[in-house]
Amino acid sequence: MPVGKEKSLTVIKEWCKGCGICVAFCPKSVLILKDGKVKIEDFDSCIQCGQCELRCPDFAIYLGGKR
Amino acid sequence: MPSQLVEKYFRVENLPHIWCPGCGNGIVTRAIVKAIDNMNLNKDEVCIVSGIGCSSRASGYLDFNTLHTTHGRALAFATGIKLSKPELTVIVITGDGDAAAIGGNHLIHAARRNIDITTIVYNNHIYGMTGGQYSPTTPTGEKGTTAPYGNIDANFDLCDLVKGAGASFIARGTVYGAKLLEKQIENGIKNKGFSFIEALTICPTYYGRRNKKGSVVDMTTYLKDNAINISAWNKLPKEKKIGKFIVGEIYNNKRAEYTEEYDKIIKSL
Amino acid sequence: MKAKLMQGNEACVQGALKAGMRFFSGYPITPSTEIAELSAVELPKVGGKFIQMEDEIAGISAAIGAALTGVKSMTATSGPGFSLKQESIGYALMAEIPCVVVNVQRGGPSTGLPTAPAQGDIMQSRWGTHGDHSIIALYPSSVRETYDKTIRAFNLAEKFRTPVILLLDEVIGHMREKFFMDENEKIEIIDRIKPTCAPEEYKAYKVLDGEIVPQMPDFGEGYRYHVTGLVHDETGFPSGNEKIAEELVRRLINKIEDNVDDIVEFENYLLDDADILIVSFGASARSSKAAVDRLRNDGYKIGLFRPITIWPSPEKQLLELSKRVKKMIVVEMNAGQYFLEVDRIAHGNTKVEKYGRVNGELITVDEIVSFVKEGQNA
Repeated sequence: MPVGKEKSLTVIKEWCKGCGICVAFCPKSVLILKDGKVKIEDFDSCIQCGQCELRCPDFAIYLGGKR
Repeated sequence: MPSQLVEKYFRVENLPHIWCPGCGNGIVTRAIVKAIDNMNLNKDEVCIVSGIGCSSRASGYLDFNTLHTTHGRALAFATGIKLSKPELTVIVITGDGDAAAIGGNHLIHAARRNIDITTIVYNNHIYGMTGGQYSPTTPTGEKGTTAPYGNIDANFDLCDLVKGAGASFIARGTVYGAKLLEKQIENGIKNKGFSFIEALTICPTYYGRRNKKGSVVDMTTYLKDNAINISAWNKLPKEKKIGKFIVGEIYNNKRAEYTEEYDKIIKSL
Repeated sequence: MKAKLMQGNEACVQGALKAGMRFFSGYPITPSTEIAELSAVELPKVGGKFIQMEDEIAGISAAIGAALTGVKSMTATSGPGFSLKQESIGYALMAEIPCVVVNVQRGGPSTGLPTAPAQGDIMQSRWGTHGDHSIIALYPSSVRETYDKTIRAFNLAEKFRTPVILLLDEVIGHMREKFFMDENEKIEIIDRIKPTCAPEEYKAYKVLDGEIVPQMPDFGEGYRYHVTGLVHDETGFPSGNEKIAEELVRRLINKIEDNVDDIVEFENYLLDDADILIVSFGASARSSKAAVDRLRNDGYKIGLFRPITIWPSPEKQLLELSKRVKKMIVVEMNAGQYFLEVDRIAHGNTKVEKYGRVNGELITVDEIVSFVKEGQNA
């Protein structure tokens, strides 16, 4: 867990339908689509803004969860 | 393990939901539960009533008292619930076809009574469940499976419609502005009267594809780029309004609420 | 014993209030409007609610919504309105929500004869909503009986968690006659069964051993269950599974069909030695009864069988009678609807004839007498 980050980022892979909204609206390019599912590519760059959680239509990504 | 919000307010065992990849319905549904969470409402005292259509499937995923009714009639069922037990917070989830076509009569009369029900219309401008027929909010000229040469109907402005009918709180939000939508729903629930929130959502599968609206991201970006808040709208010159639409709290004017008025009759007898 | 002059529609409301009705939603339509009007007057006096909805479908839908909060609710309508209500009657059947739907019949089809009597909704009350189902429909033939059967309609709705249809004739609804009421009379009132388990253990559509229907909590009581008109499993959530669909639809039919003996009521009049049997209900049964008396005076061995529960039909009783009479005549103000049911039940055991009319006029005693004597349809 990088310093300064209070929350981890959790993906529920089974719920992800690969629409790509979170990837497109992440301001720091933390996320990518891989094999039709979201993947956390660069958590170090995450600024914990929560845009991905807010915009995910499938509740498949959120700030928090097990570190 | 889902997020705390989802864990608390959704029937997680019924997820993932049936909606298509990129469909905005999940975003609106999340905004509703976030609004409920912000207000710290007791789940036992919240009742979600929905009609028929893609959006109306939301009720089955939500952990409240939930009623998935017939096509267009959600507000009629909800009226019975609210009048019979006014202490319940009653929220109606409906779509553009459900609310404005087959249920149009119920919509205007619920607004006219100013009964304390918060109605959230997931407006995706199309009948999604049946595969992409034009709805009362499909813009003129756009296509649907039943408007193969372009829609010649004029489309409803739902907010204007319910304003004319007497709703006391009216707002429009989008799935791009999900945070704002959440606040609008919260304010709608707080309003003691008929509250109407039009949530502009996207249907990439039927509406988007047929009308060449691009990707899910393109459709979401369209909502971002063309929404103008009501406060800014009034100052804009006419030519700058072309192709744009209003978002924000469009109307908020408290007036006598139906169930309270009925209770006054009971007390007077 | 106090006597009051009372109208059928008024007796219906008084019966409903006695049964515990605390919610009425409807839409004005002749000849049922007095039921709405009197409900509007009386309900707020007892803390109940009345609402005039924007249309007939909303009228029944609001009543169903109210029923989910734990109250007993009713709607009332006539012909064209009954057609419109069929959608939500199906919903109440499928979702097992108790409510009472009164249909004060008038001449049809369509707007037909708004102020004239007819018994043309017999089959619509049985099969009006789409899909396979069973239904309970009661048919009183006097003002006092309207009071009693309205109470029973509520009791059956609660007991079997189903919409119950109360069919009135225009002439019963609008007729004023003596209504005897003993203030001390014991009247049975049935309430729906509610869950005793903890909310976590509750399954909204599971029928427990020894019970007829699933237990039904009120919205707001902490059980947070889901209600849908879609095929659903015992949790209440939608299912497309064919086994679940078959089981659900069969269960909904069987909860009524398996309890026919409990549900069915009828009146036998001078049947012991009868070789001619009139089958009739509602206002037509009143003319038929008088005709039976006259024909008896003329030496005919004739009797009347009057179904009070017309759906499910008194099949056992009618079958038995069909085996011992020479002729059955179904007298009804329509072109022969219940005749189809009686003829089906008689199954060739005896001759079944029909005597009916569709012109908005009551069937008279004279007509029935001459039909029996001469075998001619007037």
